[in-house]
Amino acid sequence: MSREELNSRKEIPIFKRSINLNIGILLVLIIMLPVIFPHFIATHNPTAVSFQDMLKAPSGEHFFGTDNYGRDIFSRVIWATRIDMTIGVLATIVPFIVGSLLGLLAGYYGKWVDNILMRILDIFMAFPFIVLVIAIVAILGPGIKNLYIAIWVVGWKYYARLVRSEVLVIKNSEFIQAAKVLGYTDARILFRHILPNVLSSSIVFAASDVVMCMITAASLSFLGLGVQPPTPEWGAIIAEGKAFISSAWWITVFPGMFFVIAGTGVSLIGDGLSDILRTKGR
Amino acid sequence: MSMLNYLLKRIIQIIPVLIIVSILIFFMIRLIPGDPALIRLGDKATPQMVENLRREMGLDKPIIVQYVIFMKNLLKLDLGDSLHYHVPIVDLLKKRMVVTLFLTAVTFIFSVVISFPLGFLSGIKENKIQDQIVRTAALIALSMPQFWVGLILMILFAVSINLFPVGGWGETWAQHLRAIILPAFTQSLMTAALLTRNLRNSVVDILKMDYVNFARSKGLDNKIVKSRYIIKNAMIFYITLISMRVAYMLGGSIIIETVFSLPGVGSLMISSIYTRDYAVIQGIVLIFALLVMSINILTDLAYTYLDPRVRLE
Amino acid sequence: MDNLETNFYCKNETVKVVRKVSFDVHEKETFGLIGESGCGKSATLLSILRLIKDPGRVAGGSVVYKGINLLELSEKEMNKYRGSEIGMIFQEPMTALNPVLTIGEQICDAFKDEKLTKSEKEEKAINLLKIVGIPSEKQRLSEYPHQFSGGMRQRAMIASVLASEPKMLLADEPTTALDVTIQDQIIKLINNLKKKFNMSVILVTHDLGVVAEMCDRVAVMYAGKIMEIADVLTLFGEPRHPYTIGLSQSIPRKIRSGKLHPIEGSLPDLANMPEGCPFEPRCRYKEKICKEELPELIEIKKGHFSRCHFIEKLKNEKGIIEL
Repeated sequence: MSREELNSRKEIPIFKRSINLNIGILLVLIIMLPVIFPHFIATHNPTAVSFQDMLKAPSGEHFFGTDNYGRDIFSRVIWATRIDMTIGVLATIVPFIVGSLLGLLAGYYGKWVDNILMRILDIFMAFPFIVLVIAIVAILGPGIKNLYIAIWVVGWKYYARLVRSEVLVIKNSEFIQAAKVLGYTDARILFRHILPNVLSSSIVFAASDVVMCMITAASLSFLGLGVQPPTPEWGAIIAEGKAFISSAWWITVFPGMFFVIAGTGVSLIGDGLSDILRTKGR
Repeated sequence: MSMLNYLLKRIIQIIPVLIIVSILIFFMIRLIPGDPALIRLGDKATPQMVENLRREMGLDKPIIVQYVIFMKNLLKLDLGDSLHYHVPIVDLLKKRMVVTLFLTAVTFIFSVVISFPLGFLSGIKENKIQDQIVRTAALIALSMPQFWVGLILMILFAVSINLFPVGGWGETWAQHLRAIILPAFTQSLMTAALLTRNLRNSVVDILKMDYVNFARSKGLDNKIVKSRYIIKNAMIFYITLISMRVAYMLGGSIIIETVFSLPGVGSLMISSIYTRDYAVIQGIVLIFALLVMSINILTDLAYTYLDPRVRLE
Repeated sequence: MDNLETNFYCKNETVKVVRKVSFDVHEKETFGLIGESGCGKSATLLSILRLIKDPGRVAGGSVVYKGINLLELSEKEMNKYRGSEIGMIFQEPMTALNPVLTIGEQICDAFKDEKLTKSEKEEKAINLLKIVGIPSEKQRLSEYPHQFSGGMRQRAMIASVLASEPKMLLADEPTTALDVTIQDQIIKLINNLKKKFNMSVILVTHDLGVVAEMCDRVAVMYAGKIMEIADVLTLFGEPRHPYTIGLSQSIPRKIRSGKLHPIEGSLPDLANMPEGCPFEPRCRYKEKICKEELPELIEIKKGHFSRCHFIEKLKNEKGIIEL
């Protein structure tokens, strides 16, 4: 008998099931505070330039110090939280929906639908994720809007592949055969019977995808190709800090810490979800 | 079907994809707004100068012809010249490739050296304290953006103490080695985290398998059980994953090389975007695509070799 | 073994899988251990070889083999007993064989004599394959488990166990996963091997037919405890435990024109065992005392034990066969 079997013997309420999930939710909730209430938490105006306060070390007045324009880093980081978290979620949702749908249809109908999808996937799979994103941003020009477009265009491939292979496995299982025999319409079979079963791995992947999108967005902003100044964004702030790395380490260090907290929180949620979904379903 | 046959089959399958990819790249570059000749020459250019440059660059011919010329050159391994550096792109890439490949190789080594023992240990001590620590560390490592980690390491090891250089490539191979350590280590963390997690899960699953118990029931020496029964089975997915991650490492080189000022292909891509050196961008994306496709084929080969159930079809 | 206890520990509860089980196995005999799925028979076997792993643990009792208590040995010493003294056959050959090693490699791994050369090992392996009845031995040696059919895999597994020349064989439902025709072959094979190598066998199964063809003595297990022990004839002819009787009467037979009496109810929850007799909820003969007090294992006549408060009452119940 394995631990999983023993654990699912009794109906344990969701909140007790995975400690990872709980810590993750806690961290994300903490991060959500700056997202919803930046006005209350930030101490200064994030874009306020002040030449007397340039490159000051962290202190009681400026928790995270100031940058070379005299802007308060703490406030910038707080306001940036909203942008980064939004990007993380929005950049993931569209590929999640589109990719899963395409994978579902391709896996279920097979034949030429599947063939086309696989050829297209092959083409997309020929590039590393970042390379393609950067290339698209290079064409369209830097900026948040184009960042979204680039990630959306490239990001769906993972979900399509994932869902498709799960659908292929389930397609031939007995209960789907039974549904067909009962004369259910394709739509009904697809959405009420197949979809709930194949989504679990997509959802778990989506959690790590949120982190990946945040990292991609931050990386592009770091390179100057993403969020444009003066909008505060963690990656952009860190980029500004690079020039002053020996003199003002605080510009580089603190935004990243926020990133790690947010990222860890989301990853823990993903881990927790995968724990739960594994013991419940299969 | 032997390995060689499979290899040939895969290469043939790849060719149409390659063609479509090259078309895509070709047209993608042409889509970049702005007249390349105009941008190159700047404000002070007269229409005549622009016209001349366009003819020189072959931009006055119809698009299809341009594409054919492009493909012909490609087969001659001629990617054109860099507008910015005024040298053949192929030569430029050759020099830069060395750096990037070196970076990728050392990253690979670091990733394996870190993940193999940790993943194995974590799997064997499932849910005990060692496992929890390793899993937590891996999780946090996965949430850290590479460029930030690189900068932090730079602060710690290059700025405060001069253990490693703050970037740059150096002149001699000894300096190259010293320069590559921090960037490779930075890049390896994410891959190491993923590999550790993968190996741990494999080991945990394998330990529950009957064949491990059966082997033990025969009184086999623990070392043998570990190597031939546990590790050999775990390697199937581990090696497959490593191969896939190499493709990712190539992409990550763009960021790492920029952070550490390494003269590799990745940093070249970024600088070319800024200098509008489209031919270079085109060449780099093509090279990346080629490399990734080759790696994918190798990955498939490796998988069929390692898993006997798949091998003999 | 004496009072063997094996428990599985998980977050909220302790599942007592083997609860103070005691029995003896004599040299050169086949001892059967029967019961429904989940009653703890496989766990008993694994406990003997100390293969119980997290979250399970052998919690008490002793297992004495040739005068030595196996439970007190160090892991290193215990490993010497595994294979060369006691070997085990698993239920599902496909999962018991390592998919990435050839059959030859798996057999050769089991040879305990380190001084053998590679070709000597191969020769012995070929010989073993012959003994278990696998044709084209040389070719089969370098093939992988997934290339074998079900029955042949079982034989290959048996061959690899024989490689270390065990004196006692633990067989965990060796026929359950096989087709009926193959079952017969494997039963005959094990019986022959037992004679040829002078082994004793502990056979775990839930199939009374297999018991009839292979066993000398039998113990009946229920919910982790032994309910009855007897030699095979007595067990089938004069069962003295409600569970055994229930089993006999639930076998469909054309010859007896009596009605089928399935045993109603299902296995109790091993994590929350009641005070009294575990079979009480399903027992046809139960009375008040059964719920409160666990009966002892009492010797009715030489070699025949039963754990029930009402052994006398059951004297006249019929078994499977007429003695």
